[in-house]
Amino acid sequence: MKRNHKQKAREGSPWTGLWAVIGKEMADHLTSARMRILEILIILTAAGTGYAAIQQISSSNNQDQFLFLRLFTAAREPLPAFAGFLGFLVPLVSIALVFDAINGEFNRRTISRIVSQPIYRDALLLGKFLGAFFTLALVLSAIWLLIFGIGLLGIGVPPTLDEVLRSVLFLVATIAYGGFWMALGLLFSTIFRQSATAALASIAVWLFFTAFWEMLVSLAVQTILPIQFGFLEEFLAQAKLELTLSRISPNTLFAESTVGLLNPSVRSLGLLLPFELEGAILGAPLPVGQSLLLTWPHLTGLIAITIILFAFSYIVFQRREIRS
Amino acid sequence: MADLIIETKDLTKKYGDFVAVRSLNLVVKQGEIYGLLGPNGAGKTTTILMLLGLTEPTSGLVRVLGFDPAQQPLKIKSQAGYIPDQVGFYDELTAMENLIYIAKLNGIPRREAEKRINESLKKVSLTSVEGKRVGTFSRGMRQRLAVADVLIKNPKLIIMDEPTQGLDPESAREFLKLIRQLSDSGITILLSSHLLHQVQVICDRVGLFRSGEMVLEGTVNELAKKVLGGGFHISLRANDAKKNLFDELKKMSNVVDVKFIAPDHYSIVASSDLRAQAAKTIIDAGGNLYSLDVDNVSLDEIYNSFFQEVTHETQS
Repeated sequence: MKRNHKQKAREGSPWTGLWAVIGKEMADHLTSARMRILEILIILTAAGTGYAAIQQISSSNNQDQFLFLRLFTAAREPLPAFAGFLGFLVPLVSIALVFDAINGEFNRRTISRIVSQPIYRDALLLGKFLGAFFTLALVLSAIWLLIFGIGLLGIGVPPTLDEVLRSVLFLVATIAYGGFWMALGLLFSTIFRQSATAALASIAVWLFFTAFWEMLVSLAVQTILPIQFGFLEEFLAQAKLELTLSRISPNTLFAESTVGLLNPSVRSLGLLLPFELEGAILGAPLPVGQSLLLTWPHLTGLIAITIILFAFSYIVFQRREIRS
Repeated sequence: MADLIIETKDLTKKYGDFVAVRSLNLVVKQGEIYGLLGPNGAGKTTTILMLLGLTEPTSGLVRVLGFDPAQQPLKIKSQAGYIPDQVGFYDELTAMENLIYIAKLNGIPRREAEKRINESLKKVSLTSVEGKRVGTFSRGMRQRLAVADVLIKNPKLIIMDEPTQGLDPESAREFLKLIRQLSDSGITILLSSHLLHQVQVICDRVGLFRSGEMVLEGTVNELAKKVLGGGFHISLRANDAKKNLFDELKKMSNVVDVKFIAPDHYSIVASSDLRAQAAKTIIDAGGNLYSLDVDNVSLDEIYNSFFQEVTHETQS
């Protein structure tokens, strides 16, 4: 009986104080030296790749229907395209924003003072996440506008509605991708007491997916489904497995959704057999809605894994003893 | 019931097999300064964390300001301030900015918050450095800022964990004075410490903790009576007596114990002030009296003698 009484739900909203935390976190991020460095890095990237893309576009003198989107995807040696650059810059920025979110409070001994305020830990954790997330969204949107500006000046052709929609979707995908790395960084910052350890752990995961995952996948595929007789089915099965496994990596998810969103002529992100293309007009662009449909699983996958990682951080943080 | 600020019943906290707090029955009344005393690791901080709902009790009942910390922590935390040991601030922010954040977390409207912050800073005399970054503050200033920090919410109760630890004697004294002032303004205060001689001056009542249990409770004088047997410690120096002074002193009424400290130096434990009789006894015995004093009993002494007793008991 007594037990039941004790387990009655706690009173008060878990979101009390959430906006205070978000406001404080954003103010901290936007004024920190760390953020300045990241901003400079990203702006240089945007300017550099944007400029290179414009040169590429004007020199090729092609009649591309989606000239504006080429801004994000056109690359000129030795620089990769802007979208590619973001693929590895965004994880680093996200991790840099949160790797000391929770353990930093412990190390500065501010945690006991904060949790003794009339707020729940929920608000602190979510506030930390959203504060960093909004900061990232703000920075990425600013860069997106920058690229747009460069494009307007450099190309001189206004974007079509279709192009604007696509690039906005690309922005959303990029922010979602950042959200994943942020949730991962936040999880490590709740698990590890040392900020440096947390940062290193996040970077290790990033490196693993960036450099080693592809290698591991191709190795794994060849051991799991070796080509024994050389049938078409075997090759097909192998390719399918490889695709599935590589999509475990958030990098692949982001890269594929970038391709799907910024390149209207892409009709499938998986395997296409010749008979499936029967009657198709090659190179004809898909409408935005269809491209979105194509990348929908990727986007929802990214968001789902973000939520799962956040849930883990939540569990770890709720159980953490406050005393140092 | 209304004037009970803190009430616990059989409060117990276990970490695995280790019992951090065992069956604690604690009652703190409105307006008191209550000291939780004991060595490090005796369960003081755990008790405090349970009072604030920052850690869950294994069993037992807690009521703080009439609320249950497990279910209504927000109600408690909006009226009770907590100053942890080695309190931390955001070093890169100014004192003012640190306090504004706390005011926001408490949901205090901006104008009201500014008023309260200014008042609190004035009370702890930090107004002149409100715009300075906390990173430049000394230990004593941080401790005072921590007080301003809890005053913002107009608390009914302030809980302090080791408030004087790490302060130099001068700052510690000033800080204790500040605690006294807070208490005079009607705030109930619960503090924990292992620096007994410092806090005995200000505590109305104390509870002595040892390995998770509260072994003694009461005012300092009550404890002295309980542990040392008598309330008065008289030390005297005398010589040249014709009779054995030690035996003569022991014969006086109300004497609990007489100790021989050094040649010609005795210490008497008595249940009443025996100075006059002692002087008479020595003169009557033909001795010369050089000094006669009542020692104020210190908590340290009580503590030492109590724990000596306990260890002797467990050894024998």
